[in-house]
Amino acid sequence: MKKKNNILKKLANKAYEFGFVSKIKTDIIESGLSEDTIRLISRKKNEPEWMLEFRLTAYRHWLTMEMPQWAHLDIPPIDYQAISYYADPLKKNKENKNKEIDPELMKTFEKLGIPLEERLALSGTAVDAVMDSVSVKTTFKEELKEKGIIFSSMGEAIQEHPELVRKYLGTVVNYRDNFFAALNTAVFSDGSFVYIPKGVRCPRELSTYFRINAANTGQFERTLIIADDNSYVSYLEGCTAPMRDENQLHAAIVEIVVNENAEVKYSTVQNWYPGDAEGKGGVYNFVTKRGDCRGNNSKLSWTQVETGSAITWKYPSCILRGDNSQGEFYSVALTNNYQQADTGTKMIHLGKNTKSTIISKGISAGKSQNSYRGLVRVSKNADNARNYSQCDSLLLGDKCGAHTFPYMDIHNNSAIVEHEATTSKISEDQLFYCNQRGIGTEEAIGLIVNGYAREVLNKLPMEFAVEAQKLLSVSLEGAVG
Amino acid sequence: MENLLEIKNLHATIDGKEILKGINLTIKAGEVHAIMGPNGSGKSTLSNVLVGHPAYTVTEGEIIYKGKNLLELSPEDRSHEGLFLSFQYPVEIPGVSITNFMRAAINAKREYLKQEPMSASDFLKLMREKRSFVNLDSKLANRSVNEGFSGGEKKRNEIFQMAMLEPTLSILDETDSGLDIDALRIVAEGVNKLKRPDTSSIVITHYQRLLDYIKPDIVHVLYNGRIVKTSGPELVQELEERGYDWIKNENQ
Repeated sequence: MKKKNNILKKLANKAYEFGFVSKIKTDIIESGLSEDTIRLISRKKNEPEWMLEFRLTAYRHWLTMEMPQWAHLDIPPIDYQAISYYADPLKKNKENKNKEIDPELMKTFEKLGIPLEERLALSGTAVDAVMDSVSVKTTFKEELKEKGIIFSSMGEAIQEHPELVRKYLGTVVNYRDNFFAALNTAVFSDGSFVYIPKGVRCPRELSTYFRINAANTGQFERTLIIADDNSYVSYLEGCTAPMRDENQLHAAIVEIVVNENAEVKYSTVQNWYPGDAEGKGGVYNFVTKRGDCRGNNSKLSWTQVETGSAITWKYPSCILRGDNSQGEFYSVALTNNYQQADTGTKMIHLGKNTKSTIISKGISAGKSQNSYRGLVRVSKNADNARNYSQCDSLLLGDKCGAHTFPYMDIHNNSAIVEHEATTSKISEDQLFYCNQRGIGTEEAIGLIVNGYAREVLNKLPMEFAVEAQKLLSVSLEGAVG
Repeated sequence: MENLLEIKNLHATIDGKEILKGINLTIKAGEVHAIMGPNGSGKSTLSNVLVGHPAYTVTEGEIIYKGKNLLELSPEDRSHEGLFLSFQYPVEIPGVSITNFMRAAINAKREYLKQEPMSASDFLKLMREKRSFVNLDSKLANRSVNEGFSGGEKKRNEIFQMAMLEPTLSILDETDSGLDIDALRIVAEGVNKLKRPDTSSIVITHYQRLLDYIKPDIVHVLYNGRIVKTSGPELVQELEERGYDWIKNENQ
């Protein structure tokens, strides 16, 4: 037992690898939320009038809403007036209006393993780097432009492609959708905008790296991806934040439109600061992600590896509107210490011959609570809909919880909906078997957890899968007590 | 010959209950020792204590292995020092392929010995070579450790792992249980092929039949937590004919 306690202690003392703070001069607006705040954000971003109206409408609606209570989460009250809604780490150069990138900022992303110089790019991935409320840099923009692909920050897209933004923004996730969607629509700052034109297969992986740096700020990113007919794109997202004793709010919206015969793969490795071993600090991650498979034969695949955040509330969903459209959700959600996660998906079958697959792997350790919540809805006209769901939970130790909340709402008799669920534990016998073969306990846990999550990790692009594997092992170090 | 293992007055408990009540045993390099005995005599406890299973507590006595105090070593370091247990009931590890499992094991040992990790091609070559010892199917090697294996496949997998790790002292705990005669022969032949002048084995078994294939140099009878009889290979036949009752009666 003594040895195990040592391992536990080691975990408690283990620093979150990305928990550093960068000293960057940042323009932070005063905390508080009102119509004036929204006007200020809109003015700072030099937005057109329709955008401001879009925000204000959402804000007024948000004021009438209450925070959702249905999730299996214990969320302390959030003081929305104590948060600053805009933090800009770019310094303004007075002589020309172009913003200059602070070298410290470049260094930060380098330290995170995200080089912002194209020549250093990781196996050809194009990156949009977002710190706090602002996109710092987007690489390979010009090259992609030659193919007609637009990859930019949301702020830039509003300036340069207002017609596209206006046509699609808010059409997948309406501001009335939920409390956090309304809040995000009111105050959203930067995120990525992607447009893949008809018939184009995006030659690079596109990725956005989100970094929270400033204290007492919230991050409200907004991402919009449009894959036009017969196009393809694979998009990756990563996130980290400094270690702070105070909780920080991250409320994002991701909207994806998939037109006829198009395919979008969206992968996330979420590693926001999870709080310390006593549950102090950490990011509240309240995210609405949804894709609309509008065209026939369209396909959307969500893959997520969730290891960070103190609280995660997130249900990447697919609206299978087009006939023969397909939705996939592959998820590994790992919680340790006092982390809480309530995550899953919604598959809404509207078109004929639509198909969805849900593979969810929950891993709970420490005193954490981990819930899968998923909805499969088959509407009246969705003939021959198919769904397969598999939800597995792995428990490490006996002080954590795993919960499964599957909802099925079937209105068409031709539907075939399958659901399988398992719960397992890493046993002392398994660990001892590994020990006897010379494999230490921590490595054994990493091996077993990675084996358990393999089906999902295999869906990630190569470099991401390697990162995710390491992350799973590190996040669990010493988790068996 | 040098003593590879010296067990002196070993007492061990599980859940506060004393199972081993003063074991004395010396094994020299190159020897094969059989430990026989009726059910519940402490045979499996002895093998578990040797490899450092955390459920057992040593309350008295000492174990010297290669001149080192074995009881001070962690289970993984005992493994790195060449101690191997072929489990009576090998556990399943879903999702972890035998290949990945063995690579982790081999490289952990190499790290302990301050050697570079084995290259992927050398490792795969080694896998192929050692698989042939026990006729382990290449398909099986890509499956998860012991998951859905038959009893015979599990035991063959144990001997395959033994071949991979090349232990100095191997303990075969009831390796014959649950095996049909063909599987028994394959497993026993595998063990015999691995035998070297500098390696030793402890073969724990209830019956004679495994010892028809793996010839012991010395046979011990364990009863009620103590070694009550030690003799040459002829003891196996005597036990087979007379059963264990006369041992029990002698030790009332």
